[in-house]
Amino acid sequence: MVAEPRIDVQVEHRDGPREEGSDRHPNTCPSCGSHYRDDELERNLSVCPQCGHHSRMSARARIDLLADEGSFVEEAADVRSDDPLDFFDLRPYSERLVEAELSTGLGEAIIVGRAELDGRPCTLAVMDFEFMGGSMGSAVGEKFVRACESAAEREAPLISVTASGGARMQEGILSLMQLPKTVCAVEDLHDRQVPVFSVMAHPTTGGVLASFASLGDVLIAEPGALMSFAGPRVVERTTREKLPADFGTAEQNELFGHIDAIVPRPEQHAYLSRLLRLFDRG
Amino acid sequence: MANEAELRLRERLSKLGSLPLLRGSRLSGEAKRLEKQLERVTAETDDAEDIWHSVELARHPDRPYTLDYVERIVEDWVELHGDRSRGDDEAVVAGLGRIEGRTVALIGHQKGRDIKERARRNFGSAHPEGYRKGTRIMELAERHSFPLVTLVDTPGAYPGVAAEQHGQGGAIARSQAKMARLTVPTVACVIGEGGSGGAVAFALSDRVLMQEHAIYSVISPEGCAMILWRDMAEAPKAAAAFKPDARHCLALGVVDEIVPEPEGGAQTDPDEAARLLKDAILGSIELLDGVPGQELLRSRREKFRRMGVFAPVTA
Repeated sequence: MVAEPRIDVQVEHRDGPREEGSDRHPNTCPSCGSHYRDDELERNLSVCPQCGHHSRMSARARIDLLADEGSFVEEAADVRSDDPLDFFDLRPYSERLVEAELSTGLGEAIIVGRAELDGRPCTLAVMDFEFMGGSMGSAVGEKFVRACESAAEREAPLISVTASGGARMQEGILSLMQLPKTVCAVEDLHDRQVPVFSVMAHPTTGGVLASFASLGDVLIAEPGALMSFAGPRVVERTTREKLPADFGTAEQNELFGHIDAIVPRPEQHAYLSRLLRLFDRG
Repeated sequence: MANEAELRLRERLSKLGSLPLLRGSRLSGEAKRLEKQLERVTAETDDAEDIWHSVELARHPDRPYTLDYVERIVEDWVELHGDRSRGDDEAVVAGLGRIEGRTVALIGHQKGRDIKERARRNFGSAHPEGYRKGTRIMELAERHSFPLVTLVDTPGAYPGVAAEQHGQGGAIARSQAKMARLTVPTVACVIGEGGSGGAVAFALSDRVLMQEHAIYSVISPEGCAMILWRDMAEAPKAAAAFKPDARHCLALGVVDEIVPEPEGGAQTDPDEAARLLKDAILGSIELLDGVPGQELLRSRREKFRRMGVFAPVTA
């Protein structure tokens, strides 16, 4: 379901500055430089067939990857962000929201709903980095909590897939409050013995890492995903140190014992299916 | 400062009015919102100054810190150390003491007064060890049914390589998770800077108080200014945009009560500031006294369940 745009701002911004202009061909692996045919990357789940580099994947594509065909039913689709602070920097927040809706076809940076995975009921909460950097504001927090409530009601395990730069600055303190809000929702699931599995994709940082993403019963990450509370640039500026290339990566997090496993994208379906089987008490 | 924003808004308004492509129904709302914003920008010059004044007072070098209040409010203070795993983070102090004859557990961020202490306390920016120390004290409070008082005063959790290696994000998440599970009365007060995740790690409480000139925010004004304007000097503008002051936090339902400070800020009369803080903490504990533990937990989670403002939806 594509959200009805609130106002058409494409006209105004079509000629705006492009984010990080690059003269690379779009079908080039950012890691090894190999070139893909148009549909090759998509068929390979946006994982480079040469070096295994995991490129960004949309929430819709992830749902297709995890849910049995035709089983996904989106929930809380009508929850949208508001602009409680009338936030205004270089452009009004409301305008940024509309732009994100139009460019992604999503209502917010997370899609939640019920699904089946290999025939077992589950609840999916999948973030999309393309929508304002996957940042968590009130609407993302609310949708995540509704996913938890749906999971509790149906006793259907929650699988979250995160890709987020952290809390959404434009909603100020209300974004910060989404940390305790989502934490409480996960704790409710723990109390009801509803399993929670967290899949962390690139990047899972800031407020999302410091709340629900870190609280699953099982925590897994995609290869190469950045998983740090503070971003590398902030750390570099504060400590005035040159950071190691593997700073905050999934591999480092695995080494230091913060996650259970690194699971490449093509293996995630089978991995989660096995977990669902193990936790199935029916 | 306001002029620039005003001009930009007026320009957008006129542009909106002349764009024929826009969908009618949504447009009028957008135009109205912009007009409202314009009104506020012109009326809010004082507001922006007030907000920045609070930012300055919240960071005033003479502002009382956690241990200054402990000294004035708590009797029989016993500080407890270490996270029982790796170390003792001095950016967080924790311990037991009595307030009006009653034992409480207390956790707070601690900044330093002089250069040496500031370095030792890491300017109140905790590592994961600090949050784990806090979490351990929460367990202690739970075991012995002591009310938990937390004092929040940090520019933010420390952004460093070791902090990340030791699991900063997870430590902050688990500190909140622990607070969500407590069945003892919990009262938090933001007494200076309530900086982002590092602050909320200790503020998932039944009652969240905020001193009159404290700030509570998702990002520091400087951090926000760097991201949005690529210029630290725009910090006052950033603060005015995301409104971290107590008045706005109360209006947004983020805090339950504003704790008054002496005229001119807490640093002008720490004794009086401590008296006012003690009254507020005791008042809150009194409100929570006698409420069954499971009921406390349930209504605490329910309170945070309601946090946030989003577009109205009919379920």
